[in-house]
This record gives sequence, structure tokens and C-alpha cells, in this order.
Amino acid sequence: MKENGTRLRWPRGHLRHPMRPSMALLRKDLLLERRAPEAVPAMLLFTVTTFVLFHFGLGRDEVAGRLAAGVLLVTLLFAAILGINRLFVSEQEEGGFDGVLLAPIDRTALFVAKACALFLFLALVELVAVAAFSILLLGPSPWPALPGLILVLALLNVALAVVGTLVSALAIRTRARDLIVPIVALPMLVPALIAAARASAPLLAADGAGALPTKWLAVLALYDLVFGLLAYAVFDFLLED
Amino acid sequence: MDAQPAIELRGLGRRYGERAALDDVTVTVPTGATLVVFGPNGAGKSTLLRVLATLLRPQEGTATVLGEPLPDRDWAVRGRVGLLAHEALLYRDLSARENLRFHARLHKLPAARIEELLERTRLAGRADDPVRTLSRGLLQRVAVCRTVLHDPPLLLLDEPRANLDPAAAELIEPLIGRASGRTRVITSHDPAGGLAEADLALGLRDGRVALLAPAGELDAGAIEELYR
Amino acid sequence: MHGKRLRVLSLATLAALTATFALVFFYAPLDADQGFIQKIFYVHVPVAIVTLIAYVVGGVFAALHLRTRDRAWDLRSYVVIHIAIIFNILGLVTGAIWAKASWGHWWVWDEPTLVSFLIVFLLFATYQPLRFSIEDPERQSRYASVFAIMAGAFVPLNFMAVRAATAYVHPRVLATSDGGMPSQMALTFVVAIVAMTLLFALMCTYEITSKSTSWQLRALRRRLLGDEAVAPLGRSAAPAVDGAGTGSAPARPRGTAEATS
Repeated sequence: MKENGTRLRWPRGHLRHPMRPSMALLRKDLLLERRAPEAVPAMLLFTVTTFVLFHFGLGRDEVAGRLAAGVLLVTLLFAAILGINRLFVSEQEEGGFDGVLLAPIDRTALFVAKACALFLFLALVELVAVAAFSILLLGPSPWPALPGLILVLALLNVALAVVGTLVSALAIRTRARDLIVPIVALPMLVPALIAAARASAPLLAADGAGALPTKWLAVLALYDLVFGLLAYAVFDFLLED
Repeated sequence: MDAQPAIELRGLGRRYGERAALDDVTVTVPTGATLVVFGPNGAGKSTLLRVLATLLRPQEGTATVLGEPLPDRDWAVRGRVGLLAHEALLYRDLSARENLRFHARLHKLPAARIEELLERTRLAGRADDPVRTLSRGLLQRVAVCRTVLHDPPLLLLDEPRANLDPAAAELIEPLIGRASGRTRVITSHDPAGGLAEADLALGLRDGRVALLAPAGELDAGAIEELYR
Repeated sequence: MHGKRLRVLSLATLAALTATFALVFFYAPLDADQGFIQKIFYVHVPVAIVTLIAYVVGGVFAALHLRTRDRAWDLRSYVVIHIAIIFNILGLVTGAIWAKASWGHWWVWDEPTLVSFLIVFLLFATYQPLRFSIEDPERQSRYASVFAIMAGAFVPLNFMAVRAATAYVHPRVLATSDGGMPSQMALTFVVAIVAMTLLFALMCTYEITSKSTSWQLRALRRRLLGDEAVAPLGRSAAPAVDGAGTGSAPARPRGTAEATS
């Protein structure tokens, strides 16, 4: 793990309070997305459109249980891919990562910041997506399922954020970047999808929300932990040249 | 006065596959001096700058910048080097002020510094417009602000005067010019102008040192030889 | 230096494979319900085991590469993963044959090993396209290593998750919980695993040797005949062996001005 060098003493009159590098990076990304929204609107539209596609593709007015979990989660996964593809675009386009690489910061701060940004974007999309899903396709009422669903989606978002950020960084500096992201990220996310689907299926059951299977939450949490730690450890190697 | 040289390269090599982008480059730059690097395109000038900026790791030989050996202590160098490259390294959708604020946060600098620089480069009026609305000359000025924001003792400038009108060039002169007192490494395609600014001149060809001498001992003709 | 090892390995592999086929055809019992085709199990499962372990080993080699920055580890990681992908395809094909023979379908979702095998294949199939899309060889090795580490960690996680998600409808031949295999099957099985491992090791050694040799040859040609004697390298997914790119061209005369500092 690389050091940051000696810590500077805070000079007077600094910007409100000294900000951690990951925080500064995150704020920049949130500011950019708010100023020129691209990823979040696209992901939202894509999600709702996909629900419509599923309606016609499956030929059903209503889904419940395992089918509902599958439709919702697969759609979210594909929407996430859109966001993952765009994650490092602002760095890549404005002359590469140089601006961030030149700063006296631990480069893993970039990983943390981007993963947090992706998590937040996904949370925003899911807010609308779950509502849309409940209205368009879900048979049973969503309200009893909601607390459990929020927990499952939160854990899934961590998985998407961690794997997505790493794969995005891996792909952004290659030639076929938007092709690489889906073919690498989707298989890698299969265990997370399995766990999330099995966990949420009983919540969306046709005859009333069942219990949240903790076994699958544990699997999802394990996935998050393993890949989170791994990604955090190897991310540095993608940036040093 | 620090007797230690700002830059010391010995046999520096950097490969791109089988091709050598830099090969056996040896040069010493004293503190406060200006090194101007000449050479045709593809000679390795930008690669050299990027190695000095710690963006590329040396693969052969040794490099010591500001007393720190690279690549082992590259993190110690990072806050003390200012790179002005072809790309402005600014986010187009943010304003000049927001861009500078972002970099100030990364370097943990006070807010006053941003305002001071914006004043000196006469950018205060356009500081809140998105960077993509600025002309190339203004953009270059903002880039210069970003480069010197953290008051680096070493400046790496890739053709700094490109895109600048004489008035703007005058404005930034005290920031990145000789009067700033910093050690500077500048790439240039202008033999006469470059030599006038240099203490030391380095000519690269195909990644190798083709010419290395104090500026006083050379004339523009020697530089032009490099391009043949 | 590789020659002797290759020879020994080849002989050992040949011996093990012969022994395996002999045992499979003549010694192992004929399965009552599945018939002769069940014997493909002796190919399929060892191949699967070797493949999955190989992927993890590939990840370990990749970690060593990042740790030591020695390109030799990247070559080993690449070759191990590369051959494992070939074994993976073989495993999927034999798995499909076995599934058809056992249960009448070319594919079954109830076999967690087979299913996770497919998912793993889909992930690792991206390894070479990923490498190929990065032109700078040093960066290619680095990025491939990062991928290999993540993917290596993925293999056990994936296996666990799929297994937990799969309902057991069909009897599993390897069921150790309810009685285990008869000793004849067990012996054949063990020999088969040994044979597949040797085969894998042989193929890896062969490929590493072949690559090292051709890179050495290239470096020699450059040194003796100059840069012009070798064709420029095209884009490739395979890593270069160290020593190929070092400046071995004859010293060129310096520029016009004398260096004075």
C-alpha cells in the first residue's frame, strides 16, 4: 500500500474544512452529473423501456415471485452496465487521468469515489425503477416487500459499484471499451445476481410477501466483501504506468 | 542555496513494446535552471516530461527528481511538480473556478490562492462560465493557473506559448517564466526562441540524446540539425 | 534447458493417459442404467477439476506478477489460463455428452458443476479479447493480471453460489455422503485426474517453451542482423518474454554537437 507522504499542516483560511481526496473526487463527479446529466437519465429511461419490452416479450400483464425478481434485477443489471460504461469518461476525455494522477493523493481514493458515485446513481435509478416496476408489471403490492427489497438492493448496489468500478477502469483505457464492460462485468456479477434473486423472490410472492432469506443475504454480503477488498487492493495497478 | 540538482537522470530508458521511447538519457538540471528540450515529433520529448511528472515509471536507469528517486518515491514528488501539457486537464462542464477549487482540494490549498491566480491572469470575469465556452487562449490561461496552483518548485511545460496572444503571454510570464524562480523543463519547436530562454539545451532524436549543452554554446543552426 | 523437462513430462503423460484409457475400458465397472457412455465421466470430471484449479492458479501467478513485476509470471499466468480455457471447452462438450447420455438433454441446469463451469467459461473467454485490445505490452500484462486475480477469486465464489442455488434432482455420481464410489471407480477416477493434470502441465510447459524459444530467437536475430531483420510485431494477446525488447541494436553514433555536461 503506498503512502501519502508527510501530512500537511492545515493552513488558515482553507476551503471550509480540509476534505479527503475521495470526497473531493466524489463531489466533483456529483457536480458534473448534476450540471450535465447523462448517466442517470439514460439509465432511468432504459429501465422503464425494458419493463415495456418484458411485458411484450413475455406476453404477461403481471409478474410475481421468482419471475418478478428476475425481471427487476436483470433490468437493473443491464441499466447498471450503461452507468458503468460512462463512469470514467470524464477522466478519459479531458486529457486522460493525468489531472488526478498528478495530485498528491492515494490513487485508491479514485476507486472509492467512483464506487460511491456509482452506488448513488444506482440508488437514484432504483428509486424510480421499483416504483415503475410496481405500477407496470408487479402483481402483488410492493409495500410489504419494500424494507426487504431495499436491503437486497443496497447490498446488490455495493456489488455493482465495486465490480463495475474495477471493470470500468479496466476497460476505459483499452480500445474496445464499451464492448469489454458488459462481457466482463456480467459473468462476474452472476453470483450477486443469484443471491439477490433468491433473496427477493419470496418478497414478491403472489400470495403475500414471505420472509427474507438471510442465507442469500449472507452470500451477497460475502461477495461484496471479497470483491470489495480485492478490487480495493488491485485498483492501484491499473493506474500506474 | 540548494546545491542538490533538481533533476538527475542517468541512463533513463522507457520502452513501448520493442520500440524505445527513451533510451539511455543522461542529464542533470541544477535547481532554478531552465532546460529546453528540442526534437522532432516522436523523439520522446513528451515521454520525458511524463516520466518527470511521475505519470510514467522509468524502466531502465535512474531518475531523481527534487531529491526523490523514481519510481519508489513518486508520491513524494507529486505535490511539487506542475505539468502543463497539450490537454488542459480541465473538466469542460465545470467553470474555471470549480476546476481550480477541485484541484485545490486535492492539494489541500486555501481558497484565497484560487482568487489570487484568477486575478493575476485576468480571468475573474469569466471564472464562472463553463470551461467549454472559453476560447483556446483563455483555456490555456486557466490551465496555467491549474499548473501553478500548488506553487510547485518544478515546472514541466509542453510548448507553453501555444494558443496565447502576446498580452496573455505577458500575464503568465511571471507565473511560469524565468522570473518565477522555479526549475523548468520546457519543450519547444522554436530553435531561436527556445535557446533564448534556456540555460541548458537537450536535443532528442528517436529517444536518444543527440545533443546536450549549455545554451550559450549553441546556435539555432545546431538545433535545426536535429530536425534533418 | 526446457528440453529435458519436456521429455520426462511427455513420457509421464503418455503413460498416465494410457493407464487411464486401459482402466476406463477394461477395469471400471459398467454403469447399470447409463451404460457405456457414462464412462465419459472419467474424462469430464477430471477435466473440470483441473480447469477450475488452473484458473485459480492463473490468478495466483498473476498476483505474483504484480508483486514481483517479473514478466515471466505474466507469461505463466497467460499460458495457464489459455490452456485452461481449452480444457474448459473440452469439459463443456464432454459435460453435454454426459448430460445427454444420462438424462436425455444436451444441457441440464440441475448440475451445479456444469452450470458454474459455463459461467466461468463466459468470464474467461473475455481474457484474450481483453489482452488483445490493449496495445502497450506492459500495460497489457498489468491489466490482464488484474483481471486474472479477480477472475481467479470469482471461481470458488461462483461455484458456491451456483451450488447453493441448485436443487438436486438427479443423483450425483460423486455422492460421497451416501456410500461413495466402489473402489474400482475410485481408482480409475484418481488415475484419470492424475493423467489430466499431467496433460495440462505438459501443454503449459510446451507452450511456455515454444514462446520463450521464439522470443529468444527473435532477440538473437535483432542482435546479429539488426532491427531490420525482424518483422515488426503485430498486435498480440500473448505476452512478450523479457529480453526481447531490450536495446540490443548496435550503438549509433552520437549527434553533431559534443556533449559537454
